[in-house]
Amino acid sequence: MVPLHWYLLLSSAVFVVGVAGFLTRRNIIIMFMSIELMLNAVNISLVSFSRYLSDMRGQVLVFFVIAVAAAEAAIGLAIIIALFRNKATAHVDEANEMKG
Amino acid sequence: MDNYLLIPFLPLAAFFVNILFGKTLIRDKSHWVSLFAVVCSWVIAVMTLFEVIGGRTVNRDLYTWIVSGDFRVSVGFLIDQLTAVMLIVVTTVSSLVHIYSIGYMHGDKGYYRFFAYLSLFTFSMLMLVMANNFLQLYFGWEAVGLCSYFLIGFWYEKKSASDAGKKAFIVNRFGDFGFGLGVIMIFLTFGTLHYAPVFGSVNGIVGKTVDFLGLQVDLPTLIALLLFCGAVGKSAQLPLHVWLPDAMEGPTPVSALIHAATMVTAGVFLVARCNPIFVLSPPAMNVVALVGAVTALFAGTIALVQNDIKRIVAYSTVSQLGYMFLACGVGAFSAGIFHLYTHAFFKALLFLGAGSVMHAMAGELDIQKMGGLKKHMPLTYWTFLLASLSISGVPGFAGFFSKDEILWRAYASGPLGHLLYAIGALTALLTAFYSFRIIFVAFHGKFRGTHEQEHHLHESPKIMTVPLLILAAGALAAGWVGIPPLLGGGEHFAEFLAPVVGHAKGEGTHAEEWATMITAVILGLGGIAAAAFVYLRKSTLADTVAGRFSFIYRLLWNKYYVDELYDTIIVRPTFWVAKNVIVGVTDGKIIEGIVNGVPRFIGTLSSWLRNIQTGMVHQYAAVMALGAFVVIAIVLFW
Repeated sequence: MVPLHWYLLLSSAVFVVGVAGFLTRRNIIIMFMSIELMLNAVNISLVSFSRYLSDMRGQVLVFFVIAVAAAEAAIGLAIIIALFRNKATAHVDEANEMKG
Repeated sequence: MDNYLLIPFLPLAAFFVNILFGKTLIRDKSHWVSLFAVVCSWVIAVMTLFEVIGGRTVNRDLYTWIVSGDFRVSVGFLIDQLTAVMLIVVTTVSSLVHIYSIGYMHGDKGYYRFFAYLSLFTFSMLMLVMANNFLQLYFGWEAVGLCSYFLIGFWYEKKSASDAGKKAFIVNRFGDFGFGLGVIMIFLTFGTLHYAPVFGSVNGIVGKTVDFLGLQVDLPTLIALLLFCGAVGKSAQLPLHVWLPDAMEGPTPVSALIHAATMVTAGVFLVARCNPIFVLSPPAMNVVALVGAVTALFAGTIALVQNDIKRIVAYSTVSQLGYMFLACGVGAFSAGIFHLYTHAFFKALLFLGAGSVMHAMAGELDIQKMGGLKKHMPLTYWTFLLASLSISGVPGFAGFFSKDEILWRAYASGPLGHLLYAIGALTALLTAFYSFRIIFVAFHGKFRGTHEQEHHLHESPKIMTVPLLILAAGALAAGWVGIPPLLGGGEHFAEFLAPVVGHAKGEGTHAEEWATMITAVILGLGGIAAAAFVYLRKSTLADTVAGRFSFIYRLLWNKYYVDELYDTIIVRPTFWVAKNVIVGVTDGKIIEGIVNGVPRFIGTLSSWLRNIQTGMVHQYAAVMALGAFVVIAIVLFW
C-alpha cells in the first residue's frame, strides 16, 4: 500500500503550484484555475486521510467541496465574463477601480 | 369652589387658542377669547372669595409631578385667605386691563400675540398664587418673569424695548438664583417642599445653624434671606430695582398689569406666604424692613425730577413696593398685603391713565411737553386725580387706610420702627409731591407740545375710559374693608388674613396712633400743597431750585448713577470676559480645536490607511498567503 505521506506530498505539491500560480500570474483565467488547483489539493489530502483512518466522513466532505466548487466555478466564470465585457481584458491589474 | 381649577386653566386655554389660531383665524377678534377666559376666572374667583370668607379653604394635590428618591412634589392648589385676596387682585386688574387693551392695542399687528401673552401671564400669576408648594411657586415665578420678558419686548423691532426685556430677565436672574437656593435649602432642611408640612414643622429649626461658605449661619435667617433675594429681584427693590423703570418700554396696559399691580407684588406675596419662616429670624425681618424703607425713599426721590410720565409712575411703584416690604419687615404682613391690594387699584389706574394720555399725545411721554390736558380729556384727568389722591394718602381714599396701617405698625414695632416710620412718613411727602407734579404739569397750565399734537388731543374711547372709571371706584373705596378701629372700623382685612399671616405685634396708645396718622396726612397734604405752589403759582421755582442744588438734581436725574455703576462693574466686565475668554479661548481655541481637530486626525489617519487598499488582487493574495504562512508557523513552532 502506498504510504500516506506520498499522498500528502502530492497534495502539498499541487497546492504550492496553485499558490504560486495565483500569486505570479496576471491572467484572471489562469488565477481562477490556480484556485481550483488549491481546492483539489485539499480534496486529495481529505480523501487520503479518510482512507487511512477508515472514516467515510472525509469523503462526504469532499463531495460537498466538489459540489460547492462547481457552483463557485459557475459564478466565478460569470464574473470573469462580466469583467471582460466591461473592460475587454482578462488582465487583473487593469481592474483596479477599488484602489483607495 | 370645586371649580377653582378653572381659574388658572381658562386663561391657559385662551393662550393656546390665541397662539395657535390667532394669526390666521381669529386675528382682530383675539380679545374675545382672552377676555372671556379672564372674566370667567374673575367670576369664579369672586365665588371662591365668598366661600373662603365662609370659612372653607382648600389644600389639594392634583397629581404627583416629580418623584426622585426622597424628592416628591405634586401639582397642588392651596386656597386660603391670602390666596383669595391675590386671586381677586389678579383677576380684577387683569380683566380691566384686557378690556382697556382692546382700545389701546387696536390695530397693532401683534394684536393676537398681545392677548395670548396676557392670557399666559394671567395663568402664570394665578399658578404662582395658588401653589401649595415651593416648586410650583417657583414655576409660576419664572413663568411670570418669562411673560414679563415677552411683553416688555413686545415691540421687539425697537432696540430699546428688546434691550429692556433682556435687562428685566437678566436682573431677575440674580434674585432668582438666591430664591432657587432658598428652595433647595428648604428641601434639605424639611425634606419636603409643600407648604403645610414645612410651615407646620418650622419651629423645629429655631436656633439651628448651618455651614454656609465657611460661616456658621442661623438656619432660619439663611432661608429667609435667600427667599428674600428672589423677592428683591421680582419686586424691584434695592439693589435690583434697575429693571422696572426700563420695563416701561412695554405697552402701557402691560405696565399696569404686570409692572404695577400683579407680578412685581409677587415678592410681597412670597414674604407674606413664608411668614412662618421670616418671623423666626429677627435679623432677616430687619433686613426686609430696611430694604423696603430705603427703597421707598430712594425711588421716591428719583421720581421727583423725572419727566417721563411712565417712569415717574414706575419709580412710584418701586417706592410703594418698598412700603409693602417695610410692613412685612415689622411683622405686619396683613398691612403689606392690604397695601398690595389697594395699590393694585390706584397704581393700575395711574398707568392706564398715563396710557390714555399717551394715546391722545401720539406716544409722547414727556410731561414737560404736555399741559392743560384737563379740558381735553376730563375723564382721564378726574380718574388720574383720584388715583393721585389715593396714593398720596388723603383720608378716605384707599391708599390712606393701607398706608396709615403700615406707618402705624412700623411705629408700634419698636425703636427701629420709629426710624422706619420717619422714613415712611418722609416718603409719603415725596409721593404726594411727585404724584401731583404729574397732575399739575401735565393736566394744568398751557399746552406745550406741537400744534399737531394739540389738534390731535382727544378723550380716549369708552372701551378705555370704562376700565378707568371702575379702577377709580376701587382707588376710592377698596380701602374701606380695612378701616382701623381708631376710625370706627373693624379692620376686617387684617382679621380676614389673620389665619394665614397672624396679627401684627407691637402696642401703642391711641394718642400715638392719632399722632402718627395725622403727621402722615399732614405730610401728604403738604406734599400736594408744595407741588401746587411750585408748579401752579411759581413755575420758575422748580428750575431755580434745580439750578441751586444742581449736584443733587443731577444725581436724582441720573437715578443715583446706579445703571452706570452696574454698567461698569457688571456689564462691561461680563462683555470683556465673553469676548476675550469665552469667544477667544473657550470657543476659539478649545471648542473649535476639538471640533476641527477630530476630523483632521481622522483624515490624516485614513489617508495613511488608504495606501493599503491598492486595488491590486495579487497584492491582497500575497498578503493573505503571508498571513496564512505566519499563522501556520505560529501554530507549528510556538
